[in-house]
Amino acid sequence: MTYSYPDQQGHFGQFGGIYMAETLIPAVEELRQQYLRFRDDPAFKAEFAYELKHYVGRPSPIYHAKRLSDDLGGAQIYLKREDLNHTGAHKINNAIGQALLAKRMGKKRVIAETGAGMHGVATATVAARFGMECIVYMGAEDIQRQAPNVFRMKLLGATVVPVESGSRTLKDACNEAIRDWVTNVESTFYIFGTAAGPHPYPMMVRDFQCVIGNEAKVQMPEMIGRQPDAVIACVGGGSNAIGLFHPYIEVPDVQIIGVEAGGHGIASGHHAAPLTANSKVGVLHGNKVYLIQDENGQIIETHSISAGLDYPGVGPEHCLLKDIGRAQYVAINDDEALAAFDALCRFEGIIPALESSHALAHAMKIAPIMGKDKVLLVNLSGRGDKDMNTVAKLKGITL
Amino acid sequence: MSRIDKTFDKLKQQQRKALIPFITAGDPSRQLTVPLMHGLVAAGADVLELGVPFSDPMADGPTIQRASERALKNGTTLRGVLDMVAEFRKQDTTTPVVLMGYGNPIEAMGWEAFAQRCAEVGVDGALTVDFPPEESHEAFEHLQAHGIAPIFLLAPTTNEARIEQVAKLARGYVYYVSLKGVTGAGNLDLTAIAEKLPQLRKHIKLPIGVGFGIRDAATARAVAKLCDGVVVGSRIVQEVEDSNEQNVVANVGRLVQELRVAIDNEKE
Repeated sequence: MTYSYPDQQGHFGQFGGIYMAETLIPAVEELRQQYLRFRDDPAFKAEFAYELKHYVGRPSPIYHAKRLSDDLGGAQIYLKREDLNHTGAHKINNAIGQALLAKRMGKKRVIAETGAGMHGVATATVAARFGMECIVYMGAEDIQRQAPNVFRMKLLGATVVPVESGSRTLKDACNEAIRDWVTNVESTFYIFGTAAGPHPYPMMVRDFQCVIGNEAKVQMPEMIGRQPDAVIACVGGGSNAIGLFHPYIEVPDVQIIGVEAGGHGIASGHHAAPLTANSKVGVLHGNKVYLIQDENGQIIETHSISAGLDYPGVGPEHCLLKDIGRAQYVAINDDEALAAFDALCRFEGIIPALESSHALAHAMKIAPIMGKDKVLLVNLSGRGDKDMNTVAKLKGITL
Repeated sequence: MSRIDKTFDKLKQQQRKALIPFITAGDPSRQLTVPLMHGLVAAGADVLELGVPFSDPMADGPTIQRASERALKNGTTLRGVLDMVAEFRKQDTTTPVVLMGYGNPIEAMGWEAFAQRCAEVGVDGALTVDFPPEESHEAFEHLQAHGIAPIFLLAPTTNEARIEQVAKLARGYVYYVSLKGVTGAGNLDLTAIAEKLPQLRKHIKLPIGVGFGIRDAATARAVAKLCDGVVVGSRIVQEVEDSNEQNVVANVGRLVQELRVAIDNEKE
């Protein structure tokens, strides 16, 4: 089996592409050319590796969640600790990569969209690190849910712009960032946070995030003498997931499981799980993907407890992996994610992000029906400090 | 010959420039769209651009975003917009109508069904903002098969190779976006437009309309001198927003009349 996507025009099978307004087409084309030029440049690769090691703190360890596994009584759960990265999530891997590219392209102003705020914080961080002006667009609804991250971005010198249009969440932040880019296209680099959007973003973000899976592929044999039986990650746009999954695509016998946000349950209609809910193919934010929409092609408001997963689309490579059957996609509801959040806190002394709690929840669901010799590797994509307000509110506690 | 070609031919003979107003279908209400269209024609519009509302209008500024939100709240759908054109055609069989919007509502309907219905109801052209030529091959087969003109945007950032590519695919007219930014922004640069147009004309033999950022009669007149048609969107949509259901047709008509006079007196 030879897996080689995307094609030259950025297509992952029928998905992906460059669905952008004409004003931005030359910008994404320039980005594609520059990325291809630097991707294999030894100096660029060396600088990226240096930053990941000395600034981000990589490699991130893999941790055997033994007490949790013992309690579940089945498969062993291992955690890839992206929560231990500088800024507390996998988002920094990509932000560093894109900032290094922006620097080489001579762009002094960077913009970003953010949902949970982790990508916004990562972008604000690298902007400070490299001396760039930084504007972060964030839905007004998310600003309320994620107040600590808003404050962090401001401390780091970024301007946080509240987005009041539409559902006031991640997709609207994307719209507004695209509007900024179209207006300031020559001076500005758009540090896109997930493996979606117009080509080359899905490919580029994936490549930067693949450090997760590449490390795991080396670490797992060191720890247990073999690769895991399954790799599991949460999927909003899907950048942490593709970063873990991609290096495993051609490894036989490793099951790949993406976990979407089931919200109040797929049947309720209040979810953010386009793959699990068998949504129709559509076009939004520069790419063709499975998209939560009504019968008239209007995008429907999504729901998830987790702001980072609250998005109607999903990266094009996940759409392809679903179609070719190489990965399986499932959904975890709000309450299941919250239960997993609590369990990891109590059993392992690790407070996970609500996003990552979805991946963990699915592992906890299947572990008990598997043998004790089976191994599940869960991407713990971020830490949960940012979710204190949300979790407290759900538990009826005022901080 | 298509309605669009006939219209531009006639204007050329008369040595006049096209006035191309844009309104969002379903704004302020579904019932008022057809009366507004007739009002625009009566006030001097040559081609009508009818916006199909979309939940995520990424290339639009706040004015047209709000119009889209109002239209969607009113229950406007792509099929509904096509029905409006059918209604309009009962009285007006000559004024070209171009649908403008984003690709996803058409994807949801299916390009073949869309193109077929366009031909049935008398739509003359379709402009999908987020479908560049690279991604439009399948779409255009269907549009062309039913005689619907694919209208393309060109931007200040468009290079020569892309202009050539668009020149091959475009029918009807080409829409030059006069600024880097979203619709309704106010930083239009006349000198830059004047410099860009010869580069466009080198490859594009179709009429060239210019839009984005044309907010008053004086600008409309200045732009008209440089091209074949002036597209006015956000300013008209703003007038719709500022009016009520009783006076909206009259108010918009008055505004379009002013633009018409300004453009026709371009030589002054």
